[in-house]
Amino acid sequence: MESLLEKAFHGDIRSIARIISLIENDNPVKDALLKRIYSMTGNAIVLGITGSPGAGKSTLTDKVIEHFRRKEKKVGVIAVDPSSPFSGGAILADRIRMQRHTGDPGVYIRSMGTRGSLGGLSRGTRESVILLDACGYDVVIIETVGVGQSEVDIIKIADTVCLVLVPGMGDDIQIMKAGIMEIANVFAINKADKPGVDRVAAEVRLMLDLVKDRPWLPPVHLTIAENGTGIEELVGSFLAHADFLKNSAGGAQRERRRLSFEVEDILLQHITRIAEKKWLSYKTDEVMESLLSRKNNPYAVAEDVLRNIIPGTSEN
Amino acid sequence: MEGFSVDERKIRVVVAKPGLDGHDRGAKVVARALRDAGMEVIYTGLRQTPDQIVETVMQEDADAVGISILSGAHTFYFTKIIDMLREKNAEDVIVFGGGVIPENDIPGLLEAGAGAIFGPGTPTSACVEWLEEAVAKKRAKE
Repeated sequence: MESLLEKAFHGDIRSIARIISLIENDNPVKDALLKRIYSMTGNAIVLGITGSPGAGKSTLTDKVIEHFRRKEKKVGVIAVDPSSPFSGGAILADRIRMQRHTGDPGVYIRSMGTRGSLGGLSRGTRESVILLDACGYDVVIIETVGVGQSEVDIIKIADTVCLVLVPGMGDDIQIMKAGIMEIANVFAINKADKPGVDRVAAEVRLMLDLVKDRPWLPPVHLTIAENGTGIEELVGSFLAHADFLKNSAGGAQRERRRLSFEVEDILLQHITRIAEKKWLSYKTDEVMESLLSRKNNPYAVAEDVLRNIIPGTSEN
Repeated sequence: MEGFSVDERKIRVVVAKPGLDGHDRGAKVVARALRDAGMEVIYTGLRQTPDQIVETVMQEDADAVGISILSGAHTFYFTKIIDMLREKNAEDVIVFGGGVIPENDIPGLLEAGAGAIFGPGTPTSACVEWLEEAVAKKRAKE
């Protein structure tokens, strides 16, 4: 374990990849490892790119990588695609649009399946960011799965969230109601060469105007990721937002909230692990029979299992 | 797969198309079959160089790499990729493939280090079964 970490710190790609697999697979050594490296984190800019399927997230990410590479920043990318709810397998294909960076030692790209996670990320995303940060990546980009309206977990991890919208996806009410609109710090209206782009931009700006006196007004950029149009301005806004976070009360508050999320996530992981273990040892044929015959009910069973974990859980 | 935390170790496979082949229908069919068997398939798209393929395998911590070639350049690409994996101390990665590969060329590819070659008409289930077994053997050695 120690040597794997040592090699990862020296830039050995396979070791970094191995550790991310340990994280993804919830290997028991994972917690100790993350505990050890946590003090080395906090240096990377963590960007989240989110938006509906086909909005151009991967192509945009590819261009953003290119931009940071020109400034000689090391870039790590975690690209999340959906796992099949039936087989648990996944086709991870975000890389296709970024393959030209494969072979550049300053770029590490990792594809992940959601593995049952519903918030637009995968189970291992947050902890993989910790590793890449500790390994000296200056920028970590997380590309979420193609999202609908409420997959907003990215806000729990990224410093800056960029929402990618495209023309022709629906009327202004869609824009107003979607929870996803509230989490964006920067908007990219992509495929700006398609008709309807001005309307989308106007609607987003209108929606943003409804909230007065905010310390950070999310900028709205028109982009054509395919040919790189608007990328420089977009990255400019990412950096401006990073600066804003560093130098404002809002930034400190956001970091506080993020750390709180992080503790909650770790607590949930622990509790889930314990609950799973207790339930599996409790789950006998007899218990299942009593449930099937309705002599017992799932609520009573769950309470009983819980009482084994947390003494003093009340009997209602 | 339902229920509590899913801590099983998924099989991760890179499916790659080296060279100048014009279409990737076969590669997509295989990718889909592997996904339906519960594997995570990293798909690279068309026209990949051996460097890109090997680097992708490393970055993605893949157990195996499936190579699809229709162009006739299979001997070159297979030996090149297998050699590069060895250079990077990643000879444990399983290499397999398919496409349009003449019967006579298969023994040479196997000797070079390919685990299996699946020709046209192979049922995808044969490929899935073989790969599951090969990965189980590989992991037993870790």
